[in-house]
Amino acid sequence: MTAGSEARAHPGRRRGVSVDAFKAILAKDLRVELRTLQSVPAMALFAITTFVLFRYGLDRTTLSGSLAAGVLLATVLFAAILAINRLFVAERDEGGFDAIRLAPVDGTALGVAKAGALMVYLLVLEAITLPVFAIFFLDSWSGLPALAGVLALTDVGLAALGALVSVIAANSRARDLLVPLVLLPLLVPVMIAAGNAAEPLLAAQGPDYGGIGKWLGFLALYDMTFIAVGFAVYDFLLED
Amino acid sequence: MKVPSLRVTSIAAVLCLSAGFALVFFYAPLDVDQGFIQKIFYLHVPLAICSLAGFVIAAIHAIRHLRTGDPVHDVRSYVSIHLSVIFGVGVLLTGSIWAHASWGKWWVWDEPTLVSFLIVFLLYVTYYPLRYAIEDRDRQARYASVFAITAGAFVPLNFIAVRMAQSLVHPRVFATANGGLPGSMLFTFLVCLLGMALLWTCLVRFELAAKSASAKLSRLRRALEGETYAAPSGSRIAPGIVSRAPSALS
Repeated sequence: MTAGSEARAHPGRRRGVSVDAFKAILAKDLRVELRTLQSVPAMALFAITTFVLFRYGLDRTTLSGSLAAGVLLATVLFAAILAINRLFVAERDEGGFDAIRLAPVDGTALGVAKAGALMVYLLVLEAITLPVFAIFFLDSWSGLPALAGVLALTDVGLAALGALVSVIAANSRARDLLVPLVLLPLLVPVMIAAGNAAEPLLAAQGPDYGGIGKWLGFLALYDMTFIAVGFAVYDFLLED
Repeated sequence: MKVPSLRVTSIAAVLCLSAGFALVFFYAPLDVDQGFIQKIFYLHVPLAICSLAGFVIAAIHAIRHLRTGDPVHDVRSYVSIHLSVIFGVGVLLTGSIWAHASWGKWWVWDEPTLVSFLIVFLLYVTYYPLRYAIEDRDRQARYASVFAITAGAFVPLNFIAVRMAQSLVHPRVFATANGGLPGSMLFTFLVCLLGMALLWTCLVRFELAAKSASAKLSRLRRALEGETYAAPSGSRIAPGIVSRAPSALS
C-alpha cells in the first residue's frame, strides 16, 4: 500500500503521511543540491563578489553600524533571490509537480519542504559569507554570534515568503522577473527589522544588546505570520 | 439584507461628498498652525483610509474565493485592489502636495507613514504583472487570491515595522493626548470619510456591473453569431462571469 492510498483509507494518518512527505522532499532537495551544487555555491560566490564591490565602491577598509548592516543584509537578500528563482525550476522542468501530485502528496508538504530547503541554503550561505564579511569589513568580531541569531530569524522570513513567491513565479510566464518584483516589497519590513537589530551589534565601539529585543520580537511575529499564511495557501497554489 | 441599487449608492455618494466638501470650505475652522492647506486633510486621509480598507476587503474576498471556488469573489477581489490602487495614487499625490506646503518638501523619507504607504502601494502595483503573467484562468484567479491574502497580512505588519523604525513627524490628528481634533473638524472629517467610502463602493459596483454587462453582451453575441465570434479584449478577467469563450477563438 502506498503512502497516499493509506492516507485516503485512513484520514487520521494523513498528518503522519504529510510529515513523511515533507521529510522525503526536503531530503531529496538537499541531496540534489549536494550532487549538482546548483544554488549554494552560486549564492556564496555572488555574495563574496558583492562584498568586493562594496569594499571598492564605498572605498572604506572598515564598516560599522547601519552601513555595515545594510551591506550585509542587502547582499544576503539578493543572494537569496538567486536561490528563490531556482527553487522550483527542477519541479517545473522535470515534471516534479505532476509526480508529487500523483504520489499523492498535498501541496502544504511540498511548500513547507521547499521553504525548509531554502532555509538550509541560507544558513549554509551565511556560514560561508559571515566570516568573509567580518574579514573584509569588521574591526571587532564580538557581535558576530548575536548577529548570526538575527540572521537566522531573518532567514525564516526569507524562506517562508521566498518559497511562496517562488511557486507563483514558477507557474507564470514572467518567472525570474516576478520573484524580485513581488518579493522585494514583501521583504521590506524584514529588512527594516533585521537592519535595526544588526546595527547596534555592528557598532564601532563594540556591540550593544540593549535595543534589539523589540526587533527580534517583530521578526518572530513576521516569520510566524507568513508561515501561517503559507500553511493556509500552499494547497491552493499546488492544486492542479 | 437588501443591497441598495447602484443608482441609490451613486446619488448617496455624490450628495455625501458634496456635503462634505461644503462643510470643508464653509463650516470647518481654519487650522491655527497650517491655515488653508490643512483642508487637504479632508481629502487625503479619507482616501488613504478607503484605499487601505479596500486592500483588506480584497483579502476577505480572496479568502472567500479560495474557500468557495466561486469566480465572483475573485472579480470582487480584483476590482477592490484595482480601485484601491487608483485611490492610492490619489493618496500619494495629495500627500505630496500637503507635504510640500507644510514641510517645504514634496517627499520626506524619514517619515514612516509616507514610506510605509509607498511600500504597500508598490506591492499592490505588482498585482497586475503577477496576475497577467499566469495564463491558465483558474490558476490566475487562485494565485491572485493568494497574493491578495499575503499582501493583506503584510499591510499591518509593514506599518508596524516602519513606525517602529522612525520618528513621528506626520501629524497624528487622532492620537494626540490633549484632545486631537475639535468637534467641528471631526464632524466634517467623518462626513468626508463616509462620502469617500460611498464613492469607493459605488465605483467598485460600477466596475463589477460593467464586467457583468460585457459578459452578458458577449454571451448574447456568441448566441447570435455562433461560435465564430471572438471574445472582446475586456474579458481577460474572471472567465466565470465575463465569458466562457473558448480560448482558441480569442
